[in-house]
Amino acid sequence: MTSVAPAKPDAHGGGAHHAPMSFWQKYIFSTDHKIIGIQFLFVSLFFLLLGGLLAMQIRWQVGFPGKPMPGGGILPESMVVNGVILPEYYIQLVTMHGTFMVFFAIMPLLVGVYANFLIPLKLGAHDMAFPRINMWSFWLALLAGLIMLAGFFVPEGTSRAGWTMYAPLSARPDLSGATVGQMLWCVSIVVLGLSSVMGSVNYITTIINHRAPGMTWFRMPLSVWALFVTAILAVLALPVLQGAAIMLLFDQTIGTHFFDPVAGGQALLWQHLFWFFGHPEVYILILPAMGMVSDIIANGSRKPIFGYHSMVFAIIGIAFLGWLVWGHHMFMSGMNPTLGSTFMVSTLLIAVPSAIKVFNWMGTMWRGNLRFHVPMLNAVAFVSMFTIGGLSGIFMAATPVDIPIHDTYFIVAHLHYVLFGGSLFALFAAIPFWYPKMFGRMMDERLGKIHFWLTFVTYNLVFFPMHMIGMGGQMRRLYDPTIYDFLKPQQPLNEFITISAFALFAVQLIFAFNFLWSLKKGKKAPQNPWDDNGLEWSLPNPAPHGNWAPQTPNVYRGPYEFSSPEAGDADFLPQTKKLPTDRDPVPAPLPTGGH
Amino acid sequence: MQTSTMIDAMRPPSPAEPGAGVYSNKLGMWVFLASDVMFFTALIGSYIILRFGMTDAWAAPGAVLNVPLTGINTFLLICSSVSMVKAYAAIADGKKYFLRPVLGKTLRDGGLKFWLLVTILCGAAFVGVQVYEYIKLVEHGFTPAGYREGSQLAEHALADPIKYGAQTGAMFGSTFFTMTGFHGFHVTCGVIAMSYLYVTKVLPEKYSPQDYRGIETIGLYWHFVDLVWIILFTIVYLI
Repeated sequence: MTSVAPAKPDAHGGGAHHAPMSFWQKYIFSTDHKIIGIQFLFVSLFFLLLGGLLAMQIRWQVGFPGKPMPGGGILPESMVVNGVILPEYYIQLVTMHGTFMVFFAIMPLLVGVYANFLIPLKLGAHDMAFPRINMWSFWLALLAGLIMLAGFFVPEGTSRAGWTMYAPLSARPDLSGATVGQMLWCVSIVVLGLSSVMGSVNYITTIINHRAPGMTWFRMPLSVWALFVTAILAVLALPVLQGAAIMLLFDQTIGTHFFDPVAGGQALLWQHLFWFFGHPEVYILILPAMGMVSDIIANGSRKPIFGYHSMVFAIIGIAFLGWLVWGHHMFMSGMNPTLGSTFMVSTLLIAVPSAIKVFNWMGTMWRGNLRFHVPMLNAVAFVSMFTIGGLSGIFMAATPVDIPIHDTYFIVAHLHYVLFGGSLFALFAAIPFWYPKMFGRMMDERLGKIHFWLTFVTYNLVFFPMHMIGMGGQMRRLYDPTIYDFLKPQQPLNEFITISAFALFAVQLIFAFNFLWSLKKGKKAPQNPWDDNGLEWSLPNPAPHGNWAPQTPNVYRGPYEFSSPEAGDADFLPQTKKLPTDRDPVPAPLPTGGH
Repeated sequence: MQTSTMIDAMRPPSPAEPGAGVYSNKLGMWVFLASDVMFFTALIGSYIILRFGMTDAWAAPGAVLNVPLTGINTFLLICSSVSMVKAYAAIADGKKYFLRPVLGKTLRDGGLKFWLLVTILCGAAFVGVQVYEYIKLVEHGFTPAGYREGSQLAEHALADPIKYGAQTGAMFGSTFFTMTGFHGFHVTCGVIAMSYLYVTKVLPEKYSPQDYRGIETIGLYWHFVDLVWIILFTIVYLI
């Protein structure tokens, strides 16, 4: 606002993007997709840390029920008495751990950060189609996060109905014991939905309309394909959750009875609405991870991705089937059992495209000239951990098996294998991979490797035993397992998990340190540190405002031309590199006027 | 803000792959409308499940609601869609007004300024009538929580439980106010957006036959809101 650009009224005049901008314009109310991505990164890493802290408290209570929690004294009497976590606080912990991790950590990390950051850079666009809407999308997401956080500071505490908010517990304050906290959850979700829809409209429009000449659909990197399909899922799924959250909010405030069976409402309706959103949401949380891992594995294997087209169609297939399977969350809800079989079949079908992807990743690595840099290590971990999570998913998709393990720690193990072992490992791959593009510096390689190996080991020590505990019958969200005689023999295993979880949390501090330290002290990044083909590496690090503006790059080939004989001495062939045999793409005429 | 305007001007449109064949604002609006369809699907779907999953009789809409008044309101909204089309046609042709011979006389048919104003006024009138309808309904005893204890409507329901759906009043109230309320909210947003365009773009004559993207984009939204109302009017007021 205070800065003045050099007067240059010509709209297409070059060089204006170097005009100085005030700090506020450049870093706070920025419309630059890269800055917005970085803003999302910092905010969602904060929420990731918060979700982790909540998880540690949950683990303390499950591992050492009734024992005073170290540091518990700083929490108020309404949460912790004499260091012991109260049941009322425990259910808030469980609810908010899930809510923050799903809605404010993993989802914005994958979509908010990488859709914003990567889509224009990988497609050769100058920015998103609607930069101002993009800015609003970030600020609404932050607002939603703060509203959710505010729940902890109201007298009755935050929401107590689990992250799935099953009615009528969530709809009736006399049942849950929380009034304002429940409402704040609904308001926050409505705001978050708005933010997500605004972001997704932007991603879809940008991908369709703002590709550089030569960037045809099947030359797009798989990360962009995955983000495109994810955005379609988000645009169609989030409004359903918004509608449900609004109905729930009205039940709590203006006296409607949507989910209250006493007055004729249907509690099961909430579950249908929630999971109609919730299952596409599962793929919102994993597809971008799959896309980015595909890019990184091809890079680390120095080979073209195996079965590019089948990868694309597998993404589309997973997303499509994702709409038909929501009932598998509700086998035990009293839903019609015939419906259950239908949902079982459609759910098992998803194993097909998922397996195609896993085998393609392995086919990519097979006989590759592997480079085990930190992103590659994490990406390989993603493939193996996601496979375990996928296999345990088949257990629960089968109705007869689901009946005994439903709502036990088995499901907790399963969802953490896909969300932590899947999405979060993909993020541990993606963050160092695109870190130089964001900040112009490299994250420390040695610290990254230490972090990877320690995380990989402790992570498995935490979550693998949960399968057994779940088979043993321990219910999820259970406050104190020792009150049941049949669970007592498992308590040493619970203690073991808790200690491993503390170790896992401590290991993440290495990552946090590496991330922050490298911002200022990291090694200066060369322009193309990973010898990658993507368009983004044709720009300096960090990329300037406006990317290539006023030019756009020409694209001559797909993104996975590694070890190509045409590349000469190098083992990679950037998408922008023109070989003597390449012809320039012909840009399409732009739509004008109102047509 | 000079810098950012200049940057905006430099952003694509730049050479690009053939995309959807339409400019981004229009494509973005289509995607947003798809999302809005899902929002109303959640509300209308819930209504259908709650109403037809009910074992007790649902109130005859005419017994509780003022159907003729809302019928007039529906007509108003349909008219606003027609005037929106006229506004669009006017700017696409680039005429301030049309001259057309009617019964031997020449009548002046308004241009963009006239027809968009008509659309805004019809939309605002629709919201006004809806607010009036809500006030009357609540006075009568129809609330989001059902038939208010001791109200006229509650007494009627006691006398004729089938016609007034005495057992299902709570669900009628819940679904009615949520669905029509959110539709009204959409209309309000449309009126605000059109008024904003009217002041910042239409009055200063910033649109031309070469570029009238704002009008077309808001027009898409307006027709969508109109379409949603026709569905809502049918399933809430008529059946």
